[in-house]
Amino acid sequence: MSALLSICKREWSAYFSTPVAYVFVVIFLMMAAAFTFYLGNFYDRGQADLLPFFNFHPWLYLFFMPAIAMGLWSQERQLGTIELLLTLPLTLTQAVLGKFLAAWLFAGLALLLTFPLWLTVNYLGNPDNGVILASYLGSWLMAGAFLAVGSCMSALSRNQIVAFILTVLVCFILMLSGFPMVLDVFRGWSSEAVTDFIAGLSFISHFQALARGVVDIRDVLYFVLVIVVWLTACIQILTVKKAR
Amino acid sequence: MIEVQHLTQRFGDFTAVDDLSFDVRPGEVLGFLGPNGAGKSTTMKMITGFLPPTSGRVRIFGEDIARQPVAVKQRLGYLPEGAPAWGEMTVLGFLRFIGAVRGLSGNALSQRLQQVVAQTELQEVLRQPVHTLSKGFRRRTGLAQALLHDPDILILDEPTDGLDPNQKQQVRDLISNLAEDKIVIISTHILEEVSAVCSRAMIIARGRKVADCTPAELEAKSRYHQAVAVRFQQPVQAAAVFAALPGVTEVDEMENGRSYLLLPQPGARLYHDVSEVIDRHGWQVDTLHIERGRLDDVFRQLTGI
Repeated sequence: MSALLSICKREWSAYFSTPVAYVFVVIFLMMAAAFTFYLGNFYDRGQADLLPFFNFHPWLYLFFMPAIAMGLWSQERQLGTIELLLTLPLTLTQAVLGKFLAAWLFAGLALLLTFPLWLTVNYLGNPDNGVILASYLGSWLMAGAFLAVGSCMSALSRNQIVAFILTVLVCFILMLSGFPMVLDVFRGWSSEAVTDFIAGLSFISHFQALARGVVDIRDVLYFVLVIVVWLTACIQILTVKKAR
Repeated sequence: MIEVQHLTQRFGDFTAVDDLSFDVRPGEVLGFLGPNGAGKSTTMKMITGFLPPTSGRVRIFGEDIARQPVAVKQRLGYLPEGAPAWGEMTVLGFLRFIGAVRGLSGNALSQRLQQVVAQTELQEVLRQPVHTLSKGFRRRTGLAQALLHDPDILILDEPTDGLDPNQKQQVRDLISNLAEDKIVIISTHILEEVSAVCSRAMIIARGRKVADCTPAELEAKSRYHQAVAVRFQQPVQAAAVFAALPGVTEVDEMENGRSYLLLPQPGARLYHDVSEVIDRHGWQVDTLHIERGRLDDVFRQLTGI
């Protein structure tokens, strides 16, 4: 356990050792605000909630989470530090979890720093803060799913940019699978069950309820499962590829 | 004790390590020699549990590294090839991290830190980020990391690569000083290093063991072993005289007859006869000595294609 935490701590401070993390957080906050106010019509809706904010999170995460995760393993392989790391007395699972946790906490920090939006909506009206809290947790959970995919893709390549592009691609597919344009393709010829299954894989369909603050255990389980599956895949890929 | 049994590593069609078996006992400093790509680093990666072997196994103090990886790794200190480290960390931060993962904390960690920092002379760069370090400091940081938990087994992949002669000597002294009851395996392609620090030398070529003996025995395999080298104050015509001596197989004349190298038959001792014949002719000698043997010559002979 202490090994896992040490790795998490190291990774966490590595994020802040360069200005990249600060720039990243600032851009993230600017984009989040831009989406909320301009695309989400925060004011015109006349409702005291943060739905326009949370609704755009999948799209925001599509580019931001891969950027957080891209270096996790590709950089270790590139620098050769993976050899140092994995000859320390710890298991590969501890290493993968420790790094993932650091990335997830970093995403959580970026998310927390959007609190001025929460202040704004509380200043303007009387929102249901329980709903907002649930939405935040749901959003953070989804961020974890993006980052788990990112960890796995990062293990695939020594090149961070390749890892980034692969992650965006996979996450995009996972998001879109809930959209009519994908589902319509299947609806024509396949059974209802298949269409439902494909829709069921989608980040967006599982996030829709969470964004409204409705915590359905199935949605939570879905994201937890996505995290577990992709991190397991990450461990498997590293087992095979670590030395090449 | 390290037991390596029938260790083999294949990457696709390429066999990097081919059925390698050997034991190393406490107190031994084993030098791994071999051309680039001979399988030294791959073998080390398998011994440290980084790379699972294609077949064969490694047992460390009786425990199979494939079955008890975490327990075994706790007893190992490893400097991977090129001394990798996270560039953005300071030397101190880096060592503290390694210590924490290895389960050291509080006083024990501070004490060990002090000790290895002194051993590897890192005081002046402790607060510097690793990426700003010179090659020598970087390698010593890697060494400090490997020594931090005072491991029973040290595996060092090219510990002196890229160091200047003074730094090389420091690292060799460091290794010699800690070797008493530890197992040390170092890889190198610097041959003098083997005579300087190793109690045992193993030459690997194309993944196979081609020699495993003491450095002295390795030198004895050289055709220059027990050769006599003589340099005169002025050139003299001595080739025919030397060639006629018993036990001499070859006479190399250099510098237009000012210096000669006399190669012996295996087992022959030439020095006495040579010095006698020089005295008899009244030649003025500048230097006269017996060669120990040339490791690079043995190395080429054993690993050449």
